[in-house]
Amino acid sequence: MQTFVRTEMLTPQAPPVTERGVVKWLRENLFSSALNIGLTLLGIATLYYVVTLSLPWLLNGVWTASSLTECRSIIAQNAGPDASGACWAIIHARWYQFIYGFYPPELYWRPVLAFGLLLVALAPILFGDNARNAGLLVSIVSALTILSLFLVNMPMWLFLALSAGLILASYLAYTRLNLLWYLTLLYPFLTVWLLWGGSLWGQVSIMAGFGVLVAAYRLLSPRLGVPIATGIGVVAAVLWWLLLDDKVAEAMQHLIPLAITPIESDKMGGFLLAFIIGVSSISLSLPIGILLALGRQSDMFLVKALSVGFIEFVRGVPLITMLFTASLLLQYFLPPNTNFDLILRVVILVTLFSAAYNAEVVRGGLAALPKGQYEAADALGLDYWQAQRLIIMPQALKVSIPGIVSTFIGLFKDTTLVTFVGLAEPLRGITTIVRADINWKGVYWEPYLFVGAIFFVVCYGMSRYSLYLEGKLRTDHN
Amino acid sequence: MTLAADAPKESFRLGMLIYDTRYRSITIQVIVLILALLFVAWLVDNTRHNLAIKGKDIDFSFLWRRAGYDIGQTLIPYTNDSTHFRAALVGLVNTIVVAVIASILSTVLGVVLGVLRLSNNWIVSRLIGVYVEMFRNVPLLLWIVLIGTVFSETRPQPKDFKVVEGVSKASMSLWNSVAVTNRSTNIPMPMLDRPLPAVGGIDTSLLFIIALIGGCIWVNRLLLRRARIVQETTGIRPVTWYQSLLVLILPTVAALMAMGFHLEYPVFKGFNFQGGISFDHAFSALTLSLTLYYAAVTAEIVRSGIQAISRGQSEAAFALGLRPGRTMSLIILPQALRVIIPPMISQWLSLTKDTSLGIAVSYLDLRGTLGGITLNQTGRELECMLLMMLIYLILSLIISAFGNLYNASVKLKER
Repeated sequence: MQTFVRTEMLTPQAPPVTERGVVKWLRENLFSSALNIGLTLLGIATLYYVVTLSLPWLLNGVWTASSLTECRSIIAQNAGPDASGACWAIIHARWYQFIYGFYPPELYWRPVLAFGLLLVALAPILFGDNARNAGLLVSIVSALTILSLFLVNMPMWLFLALSAGLILASYLAYTRLNLLWYLTLLYPFLTVWLLWGGSLWGQVSIMAGFGVLVAAYRLLSPRLGVPIATGIGVVAAVLWWLLLDDKVAEAMQHLIPLAITPIESDKMGGFLLAFIIGVSSISLSLPIGILLALGRQSDMFLVKALSVGFIEFVRGVPLITMLFTASLLLQYFLPPNTNFDLILRVVILVTLFSAAYNAEVVRGGLAALPKGQYEAADALGLDYWQAQRLIIMPQALKVSIPGIVSTFIGLFKDTTLVTFVGLAEPLRGITTIVRADINWKGVYWEPYLFVGAIFFVVCYGMSRYSLYLEGKLRTDHN
Repeated sequence: MTLAADAPKESFRLGMLIYDTRYRSITIQVIVLILALLFVAWLVDNTRHNLAIKGKDIDFSFLWRRAGYDIGQTLIPYTNDSTHFRAALVGLVNTIVVAVIASILSTVLGVVLGVLRLSNNWIVSRLIGVYVEMFRNVPLLLWIVLIGTVFSETRPQPKDFKVVEGVSKASMSLWNSVAVTNRSTNIPMPMLDRPLPAVGGIDTSLLFIIALIGGCIWVNRLLLRRARIVQETTGIRPVTWYQSLLVLILPTVAALMAMGFHLEYPVFKGFNFQGGISFDHAFSALTLSLTLYYAAVTAEIVRSGIQAISRGQSEAAFALGLRPGRTMSLIILPQALRVIIPPMISQWLSLTKDTSLGIAVSYLDLRGTLGGITLNQTGRELECMLLMMLIYLILSLIISAFGNLYNASVKLKER
């Protein structure tokens, strides 16, 4: 009797054609059931509709023309009389107004430099522990800024000096990232000076106020403890700003004149304005929001009641009413004859508005922390602020990152609302001005698409960064 | 044997107000109270001075004077002879109408989009992803302004619909029932030939139809309950779908036919469309853009809510033999709702507040009447703004109160 024992493996057969490759993918992802087939067809139909509607319009786009009528005649010439086409010429002709508002063209280098420095100053905050990423960001930004500076009008010596500075910053970002923190600290004052111009000493003198605060704190805190030293420091700084600030600045300006052309606030507009309001409100609202959240969690009845009242009031009214408060009511609430800049008023109100939202987000993060963390901090003998700084906040803020970033995105989108108090923001302010031009009457898709695209890039970038940060800070494993 | 002596009784020293945690909180609160009172006193004093300089006072009596302006969309009786108070009320109603309609539409659309975004269908989930990101990352104001502009600049004027010698420049859509002009959207209005007699100004026909539909739904539920009892006793579920269909549709249709239901089409007469229902573009643009924008936000909330339910739940449901649709409706959604509802409520809240953006298309809501025309006509900034903020605040507090009630009712009952 002979038995058959197979000694070698058979080569496996290929799976059936419906179970592999493209066919399998299509079956599983697009045609798995009747409903799915219907959805797929619906999706394809939608896609087809959108593409056939928009693609010719995009492809027939005209970039150089002096008016809408010229645009249309060029499109009719190129693509036939019934063809539709985008008239991008309006963007080509007026892009600078969308970006800079009414800033004097010969001074465009100032906003360009301010924006470039913004990203450089952000590098240590965004990628503080990752010199490679920070260096990459700073060098790309520096290269782009140098290129933009080359394209706008500016004195040659200044261009060379600034380029050298930016290259140095890129080098520092790779090698000694910590040094860039100084730029970050100086940045607010530097930018206000760059954008509004005037005497550098005004900014230096305001900075000196913070110097007074820090000095008082450093000197007094070993002897008097943190709360009293901080209190005295704040009082000293406020006294400095109220009494000495102007005089010192004026005296220094007499001694060593260091001033550039001053620019009025009503010249700010377009995305320049959106970024001024957005960036300053974002950076100011987070600390205020954290303080409000702590106040809301506090054991002290009065502090808690005030925080809750403020947060609930602000969250209960539309931003638009806050903006109208800035433009209509502040004149009643402030001492007679105080008249300060509308942009500053708007920034303050927008900051308070988004601080309330941030407070709620941070409160959510605080509530998510187990009680044991607080007790452990107490057991270690940490005082309130040490516990907050070392134990509570790092964990609570980590949890609240997605919420905080979405508040920031919301805030940046909401900067468009300042149009209703008469500021020339890009979406409605500038677009209305451009569309009122007799040459461009009747254009609507193109400017809105342009503005929308820039908003999209900024907001989408922020949400992507928040995802990156969430991933980086995730310490649990799954 | 020595006993440990009690801790020495400390006499109170001034420094303890700051360094002793027992007293420090009182010190801080007193300081905060003083600062807060000083701040309020400063504001009040400034306001008093400023009002005196301008020769004004705080006086709400302007609310009962003649408003003298027209409002396009009035859902409660109003003429330009009515008072400013009445105008503010009309504005409030307009605000609420937009908020309610846009909330309902955006929630329905958003839930559908959120569920579809998670579907296995590659093309559909990608398309919806693009939609969601596109709407979420661009200011709401852009959509309002863009949709308003498209309505008013691409649509023909009403006079273009006039038929001159058998031809007109523009034609109505959907079988001559809907006319979209550059001012408004005109749709057919449902009418009854033989309505029930009105009692005391109340439309009894409408009440009757609502009651009828309610009754039909109730009968249908009885039917389903009987089917379930049969299923539980015999194990076989009787076929009920044709009975349900009959019960739900037939009585209502019969009643409508008996009362002579027909649609009144908008017709071009004179200078504009007559008959039918006419929606101002201010209203349509605002509602449409709020709906589209908040649908994207809702879709994200629904998606993350569903993804928050652990995968084990759906696997267990599949193991029990439930089909995907039933798994979603019986297992996943009831649990996901607990995660979804709180952010949804704050979405409705912000939608309500965002109706104030109607200013961009000149929609006369509360901000447009009380905080807009009334404010400009009477010059009473302080009173109008404070009143408007108060009303918005009350609206918000009502919505969040409902939200908190709901949250309390669906909270997990734990031991």
